[in-house]
Amino acid sequence: MDIINDMVVRFANVNGTGSASANNMFAKTIFRMGIPVSPKNIFPSNIQGLPTWYEVRINKDGYLGRRTGIDLLVGVNPQSLKKDIASVKSGGYFVYDSTRKLHAEFIREDINYIGIPMMKLSMEHYQVPRLQQLFKNIIYVGALVALLDIEMKVIKNIVDEQFAKKPKLIPNNYKALDLGYDFAKANYECPLKYRLERMDGVGDSILIEGNEATGLGAIYGGATVMAWYPITPSTSVAKGFETHCKKLRVDADGRKNYAFVQAEDELAAMGMVIGATWNGSRAFTATSGPGVSLMSEFIGLAYFAEIPVTLVNVQRGGPSTGMPTRTQQPDIISTIYASHGDTKHISLFPSTPTECFEMMADCLDLADRFQTPVMMISDLDLGMNSHMCPPLKWDDTRKYDRGKVYDAEDLERIKEFGRYLDVDDDGICYRTIPGTHPTKGSFFTRGTSRDEYAKYTEDGDTYVRVVNRLLKKWETAKSYVPIPEVTEAKEKTDMGIIFFGTTRYSALEAMDLFEKEGIYLDALRIKAVPFNQTVEDFINSHEQIFVIEQNRDGQMRSVLMNELDADPKKLTAILNYDGMPITAATIMERIGQHLPALV
Amino acid sequence: MTYIKPTFRHPGLKKNKVGYVRADYEGAISTLCAGCGHDSISGAIVQACFEMSVEPHRLAKLSGIGCSSKTPTYFLSNSHGFNSVHGRMPSVTTGANMANRDLIYLGVSGDGDTASIGMGQFVHAVRRNLNMAYIVMNNGCYGLTKGQDSATTDFGSISKSSGLNDSFQAIDLVGMALELGATFVGRSFSGDKDQLVPMIKAAMSHPGFAFIDCISPCVTFNNNKGSTKSYQFVRDHQEATSTIDFVPHEEEITVDYEAGTSTSVALHDGSKIHLDKLSPNWDPTDRYSAVMRLQEAKLTGDILTGLLYIDPKSRGLHDLMKTSKRPLNSLQEEDLCPGSAALEGINAGFR
Ligand SMILES: Cc1ncc(C[n+]2csc(CCOP(=O)(O)OP(=O)(O)O)c2C)c(N)n1
Ligand code: SF4
Ligand SMILES: [Mg+2]
Repeated sequence: MDIINDMVVRFANVNGTGSASANNMFAKTIFRMGIPVSPKNIFPSNIQGLPTWYEVRINKDGYLGRRTGIDLLVGVNPQSLKKDIASVKSGGYFVYDSTRKLHAEFIREDINYIGIPMMKLSMEHYQVPRLQQLFKNIIYVGALVALLDIEMKVIKNIVDEQFAKKPKLIPNNYKALDLGYDFAKANYECPLKYRLERMDGVGDSILIEGNEATGLGAIYGGATVMAWYPITPSTSVAKGFETHCKKLRVDADGRKNYAFVQAEDELAAMGMVIGATWNGSRAFTATSGPGVSLMSEFIGLAYFAEIPVTLVNVQRGGPSTGMPTRTQQPDIISTIYASHGDTKHISLFPSTPTECFEMMADCLDLADRFQTPVMMISDLDLGMNSHMCPPLKWDDTRKYDRGKVYDAEDLERIKEFGRYLDVDDDGICYRTIPGTHPTKGSFFTRGTSRDEYAKYTEDGDTYVRVVNRLLKKWETAKSYVPIPEVTEAKEKTDMGIIFFGTTRYSALEAMDLFEKEGIYLDALRIKAVPFNQTVEDFINSHEQIFVIEQNRDGQMRSVLMNELDADPKKLTAILNYDGMPITAATIMERIGQHLPALV
Repeated sequence: MTYIKPTFRHPGLKKNKVGYVRADYEGAISTLCAGCGHDSISGAIVQACFEMSVEPHRLAKLSGIGCSSKTPTYFLSNSHGFNSVHGRMPSVTTGANMANRDLIYLGVSGDGDTASIGMGQFVHAVRRNLNMAYIVMNNGCYGLTKGQDSATTDFGSISKSSGLNDSFQAIDLVGMALELGATFVGRSFSGDKDQLVPMIKAAMSHPGFAFIDCISPCVTFNNNKGSTKSYQFVRDHQEATSTIDFVPHEEEITVDYEAGTSTSVALHDGSKIHLDKLSPNWDPTDRYSAVMRLQEAKLTGDILTGLLYIDPKSRGLHDLMKTSKRPLNSLQEEDLCPGSAALEGINAGFR
């Protein structure tokens, strides 16, 4: 029986050989055929030479989480050949470069081999060695067009778009596609039993990387200063911001309505953000775990001196340098509670690029509203992989929430100015921006304890008043942060799952699969800390809750216990932390161990 | 503890061009040790700002951590101030400056704050030619943590808490700034107001990074016999490159200088720095001659002070980055948000 629009295709390449663009082309073509697709880069911390993989899940039902079990693998990396062949599912296909014969030790009886003489074809048609290497990649894509029944017209359109500015390159790319296609057609029965068929499964979705959407969100949210220091997997946030700023934020006279500063390190990046927001701009930084560690002292300053900060943490595998090119959710505690002393920070957890865009603008609003650091906690999987998601939307009637800022007129009007006076009794005070008024509203910003008028004090009562007011602010924030997404099971149940961020994909898939087995789980996706009432209610209304996350220590579970005094016995940690995106199968297997019904 | 000063003002006090009296530039009463050099520098800042007719609210004062970094509380209470974290004032000032190019940025730091924990940020602020005046109140020790040696403690110097430094050579911030390409480099002494006040004015007018290394004795831990940062030692060894006068752009030079021994440097805003009694073989706009003079002074055991180098063609960071002439913090939603129509096109690019 043919298997249509449901498979995992993996490419095994050598890093730095130009395979990325060919592989992206493959995924985009499937997307344009209306088929839900979810590509993932599995790459080394290396620029050239080490193995890299690109894994594409194609799923007609729209399940976009990672799935193990490779149906077709294109293996062009001799270093990883053995491992790659072993990774193919029984009955699956291994597509390889047959320029050289496969050694007998690589032959498995239970899989199918498809040899395409990629390098040979390339060398026969292209002279320059660099091009031979590049077009070898396009040749295997061409072969897949035949093998999987991809629409050639669609992929050639993509070539046209990609080389619109260098049309001379188009014929060579076409030729490479045709070479692979013709060879496969002539030598193999095409299509294979795994094949693709145009469908209407993507609607008006877009295919975009989370980090680029984050950069765009910062532009739409009105950020004018970005300070950053390169670190995988956050660097493309900076790139996204800058690339789109060049198009969207330059005046007719060529002057920029933004400042993009590559700092000397993460400490400086955070200092710059603090200086800029203190001075009335919207500013942000993007980093990963090691960067957050370095920024910690400054984060405490911003918390205590009450300065808006927006920090994007695109998490990667820790601790230390850890697995810099693998995904995890390991910085939940260290980001929410970053810095010494009693600190805690408003944090948002996007799970799609669309949410990266929206939440980034929300973070900038929240930072101004609450005059405090606001964290957007994403991860490598979301940030650096393309995800199929709803289009980015902006409501033109939306106004930036610049929070409580006195301007010159306000200062004339009010009786007295105290930077840290809780005038509205919500824990949030009014600030002034330097340069506002000649004689009123100036104050001294400091990280030392101070009174309501920003005067230095070591008085214990005053200190307690100030830090308790910060807690009141935290309470106020509960009604401002995004509320969680609750998905109820088809039948009433006292079991639930809690998850956040990219775990969403596989968690929802697992929920559906469980349902088919007659096991019902309600689901709650956390979108923000502080937790609002919905989270508390969800925990209270279920007997057993599985907290699914991608770290070793069940960090979000700890935060739930810490912030809500939730009963630890009720909360079971379901964890995956091998650096690969969590799968529905893993979730089911690990939850299954706790379900008597399945034993 | 911070004391509130009596606010009574004598009606006959002299006002400057923007209508402020000198007291408007003062701050809270200092809580530093009596006689601390840092207080004299605060006084010089007050005088410079008053005489220059700076509007206090158009200046932002920033610092790191240390006795020196406390001083912004003791001057310009009508200016916004920011006491940041140890060694990180340059980055906070960079961000502030990015947000509003129109304010004057005055950064104050210590030798510990700059030459140790904050060295990296200092170096990069120089490299970016950030438009700010940066004053290091250099006492050759960590005052606030009770007098430990700092990276500017001279070899052979003796201090109360650390004794004789017979281990490490000092980092000379002035020499380093020159090497790094700083566009304004001066050294002064807290006890020499005649030199320091005009130098601060010039630094605040300079479009770019203006660095002043100001020797500022710590009376409590490093003013003893044998210390190279004591009042006595500096008075005995100070050698100035020239005298310095700062002439604001609308004023005329009224003093007669002797021909051949003086020079004027015109600044971007039309003001002038006038230098008299020039050192031989030294030209304030020639970096090489400044480096040479500095080395010569080192050999003779002198402390070279005065304006050492200025690049009259300096351009600040905003010009290098081609940012909007309007301060970024004044841009509104309509300037910043591309709107839903533009987003349609962006979405289309991802299909
Ligand atoms: C991260 C950090 N480490 C250490 C300190 C303690 N500390 C406070 S001031 C200071 C040294 C200040 O020396 P300097 O900058 O020369 O200022 P001075 O007091 O001499 O004017 C140190 C080490 C601190 N505040 N923060
Ligand atoms: S300890 Fe030294 S530097 Fe600090 S206030 Fe006293 S004299 Fe000044
Ligand atoms: Mg010192």
